[in-house]
Amino acid sequence: MTTFSVNGQARTFDGDPSTPLLWVLRDGFGLTGTKFGCGAAQCGACTVHVDGVAVRACQTPVETLEGATVTTIEGLSPDGSHPLQRAWVELAVAQCGFCQAGQIMQAASLLAENPNPSDDDIVAAMDGNLCRCGTYHRIHAAIRRAAEEV
Amino acid sequence: MLDLTRRSFLASLGAGLTLAVAARAGAVTLYPTGADQMPGGTVSDPLILISLAEDGTTTIVATRPDMGTGIRTSLPLLVAEEMEADWTRVRLLQAPGDEARYGSQNVDGSRSIKHFIQPMRVAGAAMRRMLEQAAANRWGVAVTQARAEAHRVLRLDATGAPTGEALEFGALAVDAAALAVPATETLTLKTPDQFRYVSKDRLPVWDHPDIVQGRASYGADIRLPGMVFAVVARPPVVGGRVASFDDAAARAVPGFVATHRLPDAGTPLFMGPLGGVAVVARSTWAAMQARDALSVTWDNGPNASYHTPAYEAALIDTVSRPGQPVRRAGDAEAALSGAARAVEATYATAHVSHSTMEPPAAVARVTAEGAEIWAPVQSPQGARDSIAQALGLDPAQVRVNATLLGGGFGRKSKPDFAVEAALVSQAIGAPVLLQWTREDDIRHDFYHGTSAQRLTAALDDAGQVTAWRHRVAAPTILSLFQPGAAALAGFEQGQGLVDTPFAIPNLSIEVGEAPAHVRIGWYRAVSNLYHAFAVQSFAAELAEAAGRDPVDMLRDLIGPARIIDPAEFGLEATTSGYGEPSGTFPIDTGRMRAVLDRVAALADWGRDLPPGEGLGVALHGSFSSIVGTVAHVRVIDGQLTIPAIFSVIDCGFCVNPDRVRAQLEGASVMGVSLALHERISFAGGVPEQSNFYDAPIARMADRAQVVTVEIMPHGPEVPAGGVGEPPLPPIAPALANAIAHATGKRPRSLPFPPLV
Repeated sequence: MTTFSVNGQARTFDGDPSTPLLWVLRDGFGLTGTKFGCGAAQCGACTVHVDGVAVRACQTPVETLEGATVTTIEGLSPDGSHPLQRAWVELAVAQCGFCQAGQIMQAASLLAENPNPSDDDIVAAMDGNLCRCGTYHRIHAAIRRAAEEV
Repeated sequence: MLDLTRRSFLASLGAGLTLAVAARAGAVTLYPTGADQMPGGTVSDPLILISLAEDGTTTIVATRPDMGTGIRTSLPLLVAEEMEADWTRVRLLQAPGDEARYGSQNVDGSRSIKHFIQPMRVAGAAMRRMLEQAAANRWGVAVTQARAEAHRVLRLDATGAPTGEALEFGALAVDAAALAVPATETLTLKTPDQFRYVSKDRLPVWDHPDIVQGRASYGADIRLPGMVFAVVARPPVVGGRVASFDDAAARAVPGFVATHRLPDAGTPLFMGPLGGVAVVARSTWAAMQARDALSVTWDNGPNASYHTPAYEAALIDTVSRPGQPVRRAGDAEAALSGAARAVEATYATAHVSHSTMEPPAAVARVTAEGAEIWAPVQSPQGARDSIAQALGLDPAQVRVNATLLGGGFGRKSKPDFAVEAALVSQAIGAPVLLQWTREDDIRHDFYHGTSAQRLTAALDDAGQVTAWRHRVAAPTILSLFQPGAAALAGFEQGQGLVDTPFAIPNLSIEVGEAPAHVRIGWYRAVSNLYHAFAVQSFAAELAEAAGRDPVDMLRDLIGPARIIDPAEFGLEATTSGYGEPSGTFPIDTGRMRAVLDRVAALADWGRDLPPGEGLGVALHGSFSSIVGTVAHVRVIDGQLTIPAIFSVIDCGFCVNPDRVRAQLEGASVMGVSLALHERISFAGGVPEQSNFYDAPIARMADRAQVVTVEIMPHGPEVPAGGVGEPPLPPIAPALANAIAHATGKRPRSLPFPPLV
């Protein structure tokens, strides 16, 4: 059994300990905001925070999370008021939207670590998050806007 | 020639409603569109599309699924605009698949605004009139003394001035709904100066607050009591089947529930499942583990002979010989053989996978009474019909709820994954979430067709093109529906091949054979992609050969401003205009030239550039719109960077400028992706790629550093064209032309070969 917190709530998981966090969140806890895109840490759609740092939930076995603090897109802010969430809406970043939870979680981790990233810092941090609709320009601009605000 | 644009596969769903075309002076005048020929037609009945509660809350039906264009915002916005509803008091209701009620819901062909701008405006205007009539009745005055404005109806005096008296929409809801719907020709549509929302910038996109909070619901996000999870082991080769399977080891996986052998793929393949073995478990992870433990022996069938290098060589060979002529003018062969100078080039493009960020997934609950499905499908009615047929049910017993689509690009025009979910739910008697993995998605796609093209042209001493021969060989989407179909069908030829507007006296366009060995499907902009790549690359090559400026050359090729009816070429609308009537959407070379001139100005075409940098231009019309692109590249030691891409669209009247710009921006990234990365190859009939590590798509670092987009301004009297697909075709040829300009070496294949 693994005990950890998700969005401030204590959770336990007693299934196969090698199960990736992604499927524990989605199929176990019904937290479907975290998306399955590749299952191979290639696209970033499943990005969540473990102890404040962006990780790929599809490559994080739940057994490694004993005592950890997990934050998903549903827990990033109580009401969508995180500066990144507001910038994303103001700049109308999303097209299909499927990758955007992962993009925002990745960007939130970047800003927590580096509140004033350069353009290159943003690209370096975000290059592992794919967007097939091609919203990269607005993602970049929204991170810049949120950084200016923070 | 069969009409095989995507719409006709929906088959006879009833005649559907068509809008009356009013010719009366002063009345609403509607232009005909291809919607009139769609199985579902259009519906503009306000009582179907709008419901008004007594508290004023206005619910507008979003009839069409949204795959990322924002159409769930833009179509209801048209209704709210004409109705004078306050958008902050509007709620949306996503329609289930029901074309008899809602009109065509098939989101493809960049048709949503093109076909529904008028019906949505009419519905809103009718509701506005009904509200005004209800208020007038309440006041005992003529309807001319009632004017809807911002969610209420104002009472006017005989001179038309507001009296100060007003009724809220909500207070009129019951009365208005009881009135007869006024005839379309009696309505008045707003003029652009009266628009509050339409054509305005920065309109909020309905789903964005949900998307940024992880609340938006896609195919795999539905949760039902007792739901189990499934994945499918599919035949690795198209047309293959299960010879035998052993699930003993799979059964030992914790959480295992069942295996179920799916029916083999039929002939023709249509858009249905491939067969295989479904593995059901208590979680997606357990289902994937159990599938890994499954042992299946496959009978691969004849497509196991498919081998990409051999096939590509065969296509090149095909276009080195005469093909079947599909359009001719003058005598191209004589002009070529007698030319002062002939130029020839061969282009090749690869198979491409859609790779939507959301892999296909669907939830199905099938009971003795019927079936309910939740799925990210581009055609909910098409999915409904396919599911009903697969389950042996009447379509009336099947409800298909369209979730948001995590990308579509044509992949989710095919409901195979939703049919799989329904079949598995029916077999095991429980609700099922059926998930495709990324490997499933890339290995079992309906691929964009590979192609080879050879272009040959004659130049006279003045650098004018006097003859043009274009040969193409590419497998056809028609092969899904007609086994053995081995040449591009009319609807594919009409995408930038036979409908060329070029003013060249001697023309020969020829199509060669290319049998399909995998499922070929619609991919964003479809055949326009490879046609535009070859034609627009070749135009720049001709400019180079003639020592001319590529923009000038392109302007000359397009020729003088004129309206071309494709009938002049002997083409029907279904061939040349993707089903749109040429009267409404003619080929307009004046507008083409205007787009070309505008994008050239935007990019400061002709400016001096440092060594290693270049500009390239491309212009392509598709889906009733025109897009011109200039790419600015830098190539240093074989390393490509893209300082800028400029794109200009003429899409007629533009309803939601920010969402149009978003499509242009996104297409610039997808175009870079096609140019640099995307290629699916086959060995023994099996794709050699399976995930983003070997089937990469563009990442943030690949993007053009700056993307500048512009929309040509038009009023609503100019019919709205398509937007989702048209921005993509010019990107890759503009990049190729820019690289040739920068380096003197020209990429003639997609994806580009290494630049060193």
